[in-house]
Amino acid sequence: MFVLLRHLATVRQTAALERGRPRSVAIRHVDAGSCNGCEHELQAATNPYYDLQRFGLAITPSPRHADVLLVTGPVTTRMRDALMVAYHAMPDPRLVAALGDCALGCGVLGDPDQMLGALDDILPVAIRIPGCPPTPAEIAEHLIAGLDAARRAHDTPSAP
Amino acid sequence: MSAPPPLTPLEVIEVPAGRWHDRVAAALAAGGRFLGLYAEHHSVPAQVTLALGSDTHTTILRTRPIVGEIPSIVDLLPAAEWDEREAHDLFGVTFAGHTPLRPLVAHPAATADWTTPIIGEDVHQVAVGPIHAGIIESGHFRFHVVGERILHLDLRLFYKHRGLEQAAIGGAPEAALALAQRACAACAVTNTVAVAHAYETALGGTPDRALRRARTLLLELERLYNHLNDIGAVCAGIGFAPGAMAFAALKERAQRINAQLTGHRFLFGSVRLGASTMSVESRAANELRAAIAEIGADAAAMWREIRMNGSVRDRLIGTGVLAPDEAARLGTCGPAGRASGATHDARAHSPLLWYPEFTPTRLNDPVGDVAARLEIRAGELVTCCAILAELLRTPITPGRIDARGHATNLGIGVVESPRGQTVAALEHHGGVVRRLHLRTGSFANWPSLALATTDAILPDFPLINKSFELCYACADR
Repeated sequence: MFVLLRHLATVRQTAALERGRPRSVAIRHVDAGSCNGCEHELQAATNPYYDLQRFGLAITPSPRHADVLLVTGPVTTRMRDALMVAYHAMPDPRLVAALGDCALGCGVLGDPDQMLGALDDILPVAIRIPGCPPTPAEIAEHLIAGLDAARRAHDTPSAP
Repeated sequence: MSAPPPLTPLEVIEVPAGRWHDRVAAALAAGGRFLGLYAEHHSVPAQVTLALGSDTHTTILRTRPIVGEIPSIVDLLPAAEWDEREAHDLFGVTFAGHTPLRPLVAHPAATADWTTPIIGEDVHQVAVGPIHAGIIESGHFRFHVVGERILHLDLRLFYKHRGLEQAAIGGAPEAALALAQRACAACAVTNTVAVAHAYETALGGTPDRALRRARTLLLELERLYNHLNDIGAVCAGIGFAPGAMAFAALKERAQRINAQLTGHRFLFGSVRLGASTMSVESRAANELRAAIAEIGADAAAMWREIRMNGSVRDRLIGTGVLAPDEAARLGTCGPAGRASGATHDARAHSPLLWYPEFTPTRLNDPVGDVAARLEIRAGELVTCCAILAELLRTPITPGRIDARGHATNLGIGVVESPRGQTVAALEHHGGVVRRLHLRTGSFANWPSLALATTDAILPDFPLINKSFELCYACADR
């Protein structure tokens, strides 16, 4: 156990990451038919080399607790209903993020009869994370940039 | 210069539907090992193809159903259960004697139409998914339980069915390769090498030594990051965060090696038909070798810590047992099969790859619990690093296919993925694909996983699931 913890402490030190963030956001992930690449990389974004959690970004098991719906895959016809149930279970305000080229509708492979295609067609996508799959660093960057933009929009009083 | 590998002869036998059962029984009695069963539509009525393999040759048995029906072979070959159900749902073939022939790919609305009726005092169902709590692929599990005790598990996958095999029909073999790559990121190399082997052998070609070495390097790099991931996943499954994080960090290092070598963390685009352009000169090979040796040494140190942790061991031992006789009956393959006493590993008979003197990893006591499945992965990790070290002793050079055999319109490729035996069948006519079929190690093992949960308690399911670590994407296609 001590060897493990010491090893992790070393990894944490060598990674030399900036820590601390004033606010946090809860993310609900839904796989709508991906090849599992985006899932691997999203999971990797929480490993000690990236540590997504230090930006206040946490994956939540419940859509009820979520601020962001993060969707992967080309949205298969069979996942459509479950995806919409998850979205409607979320409290307002909520943001939708499309993770990976499939969710963005780029170069999707397969039988068109089995897929809806771009997530844009069924949900309002606010954060776009391109890549096949995007790397953990890219996922972190896009999520943070998207959330910063949402916060700026929220903090700026709208014109009367 | 080593001698070219012997071509695995492919024998195609047409069987009348009425004699299907007897003929399959005879072929199995002669020692045929199940590679897969699939249907296709390019002729009416649909044709059903069964592939059986041995160390020396591949036998293809084919039949045409009479009024859409052929005898089922699940009594002879329980491993073919999902294959028959898939052929029924996608191609309308009925298998007489396979009753009830429950939907697998099809998703009927009524629960009773696809679940096993389990009746008794206090028996109830717990539905989980398709969306799960963590960062997990989509699939639905229907547990029949009394209290916490699982009596039976019905699986409903194919939420991620993208029709990849359907999309391959009428296209070029290169497009089929791209579809196979996107079937599953974690098995992208395995699936594409299997398709490449299928197409190249159909053309009568065999890979030269350089191509065999290049593909074996890619396959073992895929196994390296997957096994590291899967050991970490079991730690996560019991809430042992230090182990989960340590192996997540090791996996990250392995994936950075992938990116450095091929420009992609999942090795996408590294397998092509007919050739390999990858080149690793001596110095780079030595650096890679050193980096992999470091990962191997760190993994061994972390593994010792996990093994010596009493409370971790306590959660693993006796959990999710897949008894050896059940594994043999269901044809459980890969690390899960070997943890339950199976001795087969496709790498031991891979003349198209580079596995000299390969011996499958075996446990002293393959009892088939979560501990055994973890233990076998740790053992295979050592073998994997040793194979990579041996391969990188000399430079990796561009390779190609030597044409020497006679061409046919069907090829079968068999490759051992991190999850088990993966079989690709590719039929073509003049370079136009007529059928692509992928039977991955994950597809083969899902029924075994369901059985291993019997008698477990519900909270152990995530751990048992992670000890198999099967892909949903590979099964759903």
